[in-house]
Amino acid sequence: MKFLQKMSKDMKDRLITFGILFGAFLIVEILILTGGASRHLQAMLIPICINMLLAVSLNLTVGFLGELTLGHAGFMSVGAYAGCLFSIYCKDLLPVFIRYPLAMLIGGAVAAVFGILIGIPVLRLKGDYLAIVTLAFGEIIRSVIINLDFLGGAAGLKGTPQDATFISSFAVVVISVLLILNFLNSKSGRAIKSIRDNRIASESCGVQITYYKMLAFVFSAFFAGIAGVIYGHNLNILTADTFDYNKSIEILLIVVLGGMGSIRGSVIAAVIITALPEALRGLDKYRMVIYAVLLIAIMIFNSSEFGKRIREKYDPKKLFAKKNAVKKENADE
Amino acid sequence: MKKILCLAIALLMMVMALASCTGAKNDGKKLVIGATGPLTGDNASYGISVKKGAEIAVKEINAAGGINGITFELMFEDDVCDPTNAVNAYNTLMDKGMQVSLGAVTSGACVALTEEARKDGILMITPSGSQKECTQYDNCFRICFTDPDQGTYAADFISDNNVGKKVAIIYDKSNDYSNGIYTNFVTEAGKKNLEIVTSQSYTNQSNTDFSVQLQAVKESGADLLFLPIYYADAGLILTQAAQKELNVIFFGVDGMDGIIKQMGEDKAALTEGVMLLTPFAADSSDPKVVSFVKVFKETYNNETPDQFAADGYDAIYAIAEALKYTGITDTTVADLNEKMVGAMTNITLEGVTGKMTWSADGEASKSATAVVINNSKYVAYSK
Repeated sequence: MKFLQKMSKDMKDRLITFGILFGAFLIVEILILTGGASRHLQAMLIPICINMLLAVSLNLTVGFLGELTLGHAGFMSVGAYAGCLFSIYCKDLLPVFIRYPLAMLIGGAVAAVFGILIGIPVLRLKGDYLAIVTLAFGEIIRSVIINLDFLGGAAGLKGTPQDATFISSFAVVVISVLLILNFLNSKSGRAIKSIRDNRIASESCGVQITYYKMLAFVFSAFFAGIAGVIYGHNLNILTADTFDYNKSIEILLIVVLGGMGSIRGSVIAAVIITALPEALRGLDKYRMVIYAVLLIAIMIFNSSEFGKRIREKYDPKKLFAKKNAVKKENADE
Repeated sequence: MKKILCLAIALLMMVMALASCTGAKNDGKKLVIGATGPLTGDNASYGISVKKGAEIAVKEINAAGGINGITFELMFEDDVCDPTNAVNAYNTLMDKGMQVSLGAVTSGACVALTEEARKDGILMITPSGSQKECTQYDNCFRICFTDPDQGTYAADFISDNNVGKKVAIIYDKSNDYSNGIYTNFVTEAGKKNLEIVTSQSYTNQSNTDFSVQLQAVKESGADLLFLPIYYADAGLILTQAAQKELNVIFFGVDGMDGIIKQMGEDKAALTEGVMLLTPFAADSSDPKVVSFVKVFKETYNNETPDQFAADGYDAIYAIAEALKYTGITDTTVADLNEKMVGAMTNITLEGVTGKMTWSADGEASKSATAVVINNSKYVAYSK
């Protein structure tokens, strides 16, 4: 167990995140294989993965770069349409295992290009201004899609092959979380966090503010695009109205609930926000009211002193700490 | 160790809570019908209307002792008009033992459900999903018109009855229903030598001020204004057109149904002479419709049923007809799905939205009637 002690804080953090991810994955897979999972639960798995991807990627700009953006659904829609168009045209040309990953890369890349295009004028702004302008960009993307006939217009794009599976979506989530965590621990990631903490100080240290801001923004758009591609391949209809500002706010909600700057928090909150309205189906017409009330309650609990104490008490990091302490005692003896 | 255990148990309990909602036992004397539709959110009125109509039909059938001794049970889930939500709702219903699906109330959600219904092979009859793809698989049928059909019918009707010569159109570009009707209206109008003098569009972001579009209509010299839109927007257009002293015939489609209620008593004069093409008119003298409207009003606080409610009502009766045709007396039989789907193309339904038969592609063939609003009542059109 010595390596546990030697492990850096980051490494431990990562182990916990992936432990939770794989633990949940195993439980769900066992349930599916033993027939214990209802169809309702199974249908929710892919949307949960999509929301995880969206939240983790938005956390890059909101949590780590410290800039509030409200246009994440716009990048998701661009990625979704690009990936789905590719899949529709290549349906008969390529087998699934080549076509689907390619569609994801294309969706992500197109979203990233839009990230650059939008980032150039937008990232000159800060705070509230940035939030409003990104909101507007999200709406522009939506309006343009509605008016483009080759994207299906208002009726939506149909005929995308349903390639998304839970296992492939989960794999994408794991790879993305790994990439994002590595990115955050790299030189670039530290530069991005320094901009958030003190822009003037980091600039005086020679950090190129514009470059790193853009990098975080584009990275975030790329993963949102991939999430969009999975979304498009999960349903056989893609309508632009799905990606309105409500969607952007829902993603932001996940990030805020999970804690800004906490990847693990985003992952857990994505599960809660996706599953909560579904778990409340039994309440019939009071469902959305109760959902809203619960959200308020969760937010208050999360930011209260009591909530903080509870979380500290049950912090998974303590598992390591305890073990280490025990080990030390043993060694002393 | 305790903490890991606690964490694991908590996680397991969460998953179990979600997994536990499994289906109730069906003794074979019950047919479970599931439907999804927007019961909350922007489009809630459509879902609620269909639900009310369908509930009345189920009540009537059960009161009469069911079909072949089988009673109906209707379960309605909220989908907020969103495809992902609709798929979740559909799967919840399958967990609860759904045997026949009413699909979804709105088109987008309904298209997403066709894929699920195809995998399960169950009979799906959507009351009001009007997009073409809502019936793209063999087990999917619909009660309402498709959007394309309505556009074609409207153009035919206007030209055959000489209602107008110079047609202006205002439609909602951001709405697939409106777009679909518009496109086909224009195509058919070309064939029928109707002159379209101007086509004006708006989106759901700009549906309060129509002065620009109405000015264009006025300048174009049109004698008929075609409005393939829902009644909420149409109400505003009627009001603003009156202010502009626009003197044209207003012609709507089934989405216009509800305009009388929308305008209220103080603006009732504006709806005089408005024409609309609809398969269902609540003021019809057809005994079926009269009885449906009467029961509906008694049940729901004197509310007049709209076309969505009528579609929901007919969808349940279509299922009843199909079940009667199959002669099944036990719904737990293995080939229920095949038999029900097979029966659909062999039945004839005399519903409140007209006499319907279904073709293998899932479309209902029925005729549309045009009505004129006269003294705040629908009256059948005559030259």
